[in-house]
Amino acid sequence: MENEKSLLADPEVLRELILDHYQYPHNHHLMQDGTFRSVHMASDSCIDDITVQSVIENGVIRDIRFDGVACTISTASTSMMTDLLIGKTIDEAKQIIHEYMNMTDGKPYDEEMLEEAVALKNVYRQANRIKCATIGWKAISQMIEESEEK
Amino acid sequence: MIDVEKIRNDFPMFANNPGLIYFDSAATSLKPQCVIDAVTRFYTHHTSNVHRGDYDIAALNDRLYDGCRKKVAGFINCDPEEVIYTHNISHSLNQVSLGLAHTLKQGDVVLTSMAEHASDLLPWFALARDHGIRIEYVPTDSQANISVSDFEKAMHEGVRIVALAHVTNVLGSVNPIKEIAEIAHRYGAIVVVDGAQAVPHMKVDVKDLDVDFYGFSAHKMCGPGGVGVLYGKKQLLNDLVPVFEGGDMNARFNKDGEVIYKNPPVRFEAGTPNIEGIIGMGAAIDYLMSIGMDEIEAYEKQLRAYFVEKMKQLDNIELLNPDNASGPITFNAKGVFAQDAAGYLASQNIAVRSGNHCAKILHEITGTDQSIRASLYFYNTKEEVDRFVKAAAEISLENAVGIFF
Repeated sequence: MENEKSLLADPEVLRELILDHYQYPHNHHLMQDGTFRSVHMASDSCIDDITVQSVIENGVIRDIRFDGVACTISTASTSMMTDLLIGKTIDEAKQIIHEYMNMTDGKPYDEEMLEEAVALKNVYRQANRIKCATIGWKAISQMIEESEEK
Repeated sequence: MIDVEKIRNDFPMFANNPGLIYFDSAATSLKPQCVIDAVTRFYTHHTSNVHRGDYDIAALNDRLYDGCRKKVAGFINCDPEEVIYTHNISHSLNQVSLGLAHTLKQGDVVLTSMAEHASDLLPWFALARDHGIRIEYVPTDSQANISVSDFEKAMHEGVRIVALAHVTNVLGSVNPIKEIAEIAHRYGAIVVVDGAQAVPHMKVDVKDLDVDFYGFSAHKMCGPGGVGVLYGKKQLLNDLVPVFEGGDMNARFNKDGEVIYKNPPVRFEAGTPNIEGIIGMGAAIDYLMSIGMDEIEAYEKQLRAYFVEKMKQLDNIELLNPDNASGPITFNAKGVFAQDAAGYLASQNIAVRSGNHCAKILHEITGTDQSIRASLYFYNTKEEVDRFVKAAAEISLENAVGIFF
């Protein structure tokens, strides 16, 4: 654990993580079966255009998928989001999302809770890229809210 | 030839942003001190409305405001009464599309191209939606050039309006407007030209082109924001319906709603206009004419050719418009998303635009829905191009992500 922590403090490692999630995104394949809900996110200020799918049952996120055209930050941040939130309860997921949004807003956040997603900790310094870092996260938030309205 | 160092001293943005390479003039140009002064003097020395006051300052502003029409007329070679002030090119083109809608019937065709900016497509799409007009596209080559023969083939009796850019905003192709107008007029069609990317960079003569309507924005030609121009042939302006109704544009009205309008061009300028912006546009025209539009065009073409040659030598760069002689240099870095590449350039203090540049169906021509656009103006230098090319050579996925660490 200590070892892993120090690795996540190394900028080289963090940069590699982003590149890796961009070039080989996780859960990057949309499903056609009807159990998945979909949200299409098209940025109106840039050309990012992604679709995020999820299965939320009995208050647990069973699966998340995504695909689309997007920059490194959008793709990597959404890929990391799927890793972090699959298998979590809605309450756990909301906590993680809250911490992540704090980080991308330049506010204090819980590093441990965000695991690899701390790679995106400096994005807030470039205001025009915050949208990239949060596009997939907003999609899953929307689906969590919808699952609660049911 | 242009003395670029002297010119750069006219633009305070350079002194205030040392090291900045501003290659985004197709989005908006920098402003010279004389334009800034003309705008601020209105606030500090001679604020008033126009066409409403009986005092000296108001009379001065009437003179400056209406006098600017003469400057525009001299600049593009038309009659001052054919110069309509608008807020930008989108406004200009909407005034034409909505103003002519009553002359069109279902099935009439507007002929345009897939290289057009949203400002020259959406006004026509709205006519298609609301009035049953049909949109047709003239074919282009892969760098958005239209040949006269292709245009001639695309023309037919059903085409009532031809709407094209003079210079396209992403690939910089120059449409043969004079020849196009000649052919279109044989069919009785009206020719509407988006000159936003042309007027700042070359001498435009609307009489020689023989176009019916021609629009542009001041902010891309060293002028203030919020000001545009619509040129319209005098004999067509009486049939053009004003988009906005309100102050100044009317002569009389009564309680029964009967309105007598003022004559064009004021008929199309409802409400208090952007007076200081229009005065500033006049200063921008004086400034550009003092340098000379032919000199500006020659300098930019030479700088652009140098830029293209340098960029061609880079293995990591794919140019989308290497054979065009005007407009932006548009490219992608292989394997790097355009916004990531622009982010890397920004980290090197270089301003460019990335994405689809409002030309959202251009991908039908180029096959890519994203690119980086580096656009020059007469205040840019060879040294800036050299620095830019050096940075462009370094665009890679690793470097693009590296800016966050």
